[in-house]
Amino acid sequence: MASVAYNHVFKRYSAEAVAVKDLSLQILDTEFMVLVGPSGCGKSTALRMLAGLEEISDGEIKIGDRVVNEVPARERDIAMVFQSYALYPHMSVYDNMAFGLKMRRVAKSEIETKVKEASKILGLDNFLKRKPRQLSGGQRQRVALGRAIVRNPQVFLLDEPLSNLDAQLRVETRINLQKLHKDLDATFIYVTHDQVEAMTMGDRIAVMKDGILQQVASPREIYDDPVNMYVAGFIGSPKMNFIPVTVSGNTAKASGFTLELPKAPGIEKGVLGVRPEDLTEVPHEGFPKIEMKVEVVEVLGSDQFLYGKVGSDDVIARLDPQFKVSVGDAVPLHMNMRRLHLFDVGSERAVL
Amino acid sequence: MSAATAEALPQRRKPIKVGKVVSRALFYLLIVIILGYILFPFYWAARTSFMPDADIYLTPVQYWPKNFTVQHYINAFSEPTFVRSIANSAIVGVSATLISILIGASAAYALARFNFLGRNVALYLILAMSMFPGISILGSLYTVLQRFHLYNTLYALIIVYLTFALPLMVWIMQSFFRGMPRDLEEAAYVDGASQFQTFWRIMIPLAAPGLATVGILTIMGCWQEYLFALSFLLSSSKWTVPLAIANTGANQASAFQIPWGDQMAETLVVMLPLIAAVLILQRRIISGLTAGAVKG
Repeated sequence: MASVAYNHVFKRYSAEAVAVKDLSLQILDTEFMVLVGPSGCGKSTALRMLAGLEEISDGEIKIGDRVVNEVPARERDIAMVFQSYALYPHMSVYDNMAFGLKMRRVAKSEIETKVKEASKILGLDNFLKRKPRQLSGGQRQRVALGRAIVRNPQVFLLDEPLSNLDAQLRVETRINLQKLHKDLDATFIYVTHDQVEAMTMGDRIAVMKDGILQQVASPREIYDDPVNMYVAGFIGSPKMNFIPVTVSGNTAKASGFTLELPKAPGIEKGVLGVRPEDLTEVPHEGFPKIEMKVEVVEVLGSDQFLYGKVGSDDVIARLDPQFKVSVGDAVPLHMNMRRLHLFDVGSERAVL
Repeated sequence: MSAATAEALPQRRKPIKVGKVVSRALFYLLIVIILGYILFPFYWAARTSFMPDADIYLTPVQYWPKNFTVQHYINAFSEPTFVRSIANSAIVGVSATLISILIGASAAYALARFNFLGRNVALYLILAMSMFPGISILGSLYTVLQRFHLYNTLYALIIVYLTFALPLMVWIMQSFFRGMPRDLEEAAYVDGASQFQTFWRIMIPLAAPGLATVGILTIMGCWQEYLFALSFLLSSSKWTVPLAIANTGANQASAFQIPWGDQMAETLVVMLPLIAAVLILQRRIISGLTAGAVKG
């Protein structure tokens, strides 16, 4: 097991096409680190540079104490699970898992013990003789995991390993992956575009956008204190509401309401960030009241989403499903002031 | 729906139906014509090979042999030059094919996957090589072979056949390799395989359908090649199949009469190994061999 460090890492394909810009990120030993961001944000490239599948244009990547910039992939002692699984189609499940060990000239008897062990953990005992094409998507995914586990590598790299599974299987596998991480006590680096996966699995989350690392923090911290509008909007579903406001002193004025801020932020134009779940129909001490004109109501059983307008701004609210609302109503909502965010319009940075 | 439209429908449908039948008929007629065009020579050769010589020239033409005989086949197999030529052709064809797989497939992989200076130049030069008509390089090849004392040996033919086998192999296989998912190679690298191990243990088994296809084409090309064989082989003990067939009966008394019956019998005999090769290799050409490698 080992820690991983990115020190000012760049990936340039050409002068204009820069996939990763000045990435500095320390991943602790046995940590579950999730790199999350939209497609093309550089998260996969960052992972592939660590795997040795892409050259590092600038900067330094360390696995443990070793700088690996010039070390070929096969000598980095990492294992990777690909989005496509990349199982060798002409080999049986057993041979797929054994391949990495064979390449490292591990003794046959030891290979057998390790493959048997891994297949037991993953519930693949009965499929060892099958070819990948005779397996279901979920089984293939487990073989890909098994291929990584038997190697007992320093670091596990997982590149969107769940995105080819159907919704139910994805949730199951997500939970199994977390258990596996605990059992193996290994360093996991997990790339995904799915913020739910990021929130549920990561010890820490690194949010990336346009090749630039936005924020690294625990899921709770990312959710509670996003450093900028991008992170605030990316994490959380439905998205955080962004309401433009003009600020004078510590008064913020939106199109539909006026608000006293806890302190003067020192900006003139801002964007107020309110998560849908921080709006409530129940009046609270110190929660300012706003009025929402309801346009769409979605009841999901456990939740109720209201889509509508506050003044001229679109707002989504997440309320108790027992609360009866119909389209066209003007609903009074109360805003949780303690969980309010304010961003500067120009820099999009959080100022409050 | 009103009654008027219900009545109108069958009337309107009728001409469409006739058109459909006509186009169907034309379609099958076309198939029959194409099949006839392709199969007639085989039928004619087979017919001739089972007829006594005297009947072959008879008018009216016999479409089915009246006096059925296997004498021509007996003649063919009692001709040592012909029997020997099958072995020679097999040696040359199989060697050229195996060498072109060995060299050509690795070259194709390098050209498909690795970026190096002059890669495209190399690729187009290889393609250009296969554009030359054989006759244009005949003279220079002769000089080269003479210089290396390979004239009138089977080695000469193996080397010469590689001039068309290799470009074919390289071109088809490099596009084949390009179409294969990169993930597999990357997975192999991460698993600790070297580039050569990745090529040999992952890519070659997956490229088997492509290799089989090009292999068949190469063997067929070698099997029927006449010009180079005629130019570089002197002794009848070195002859390949096309030479042996063409020279059947040449040293007999009736040198002015072409022994059609014997030649047709020999032609049919030498077709059999090819058909067998295609059938055997076809098992390897299973589409979707890569199924299950990537994606769910």
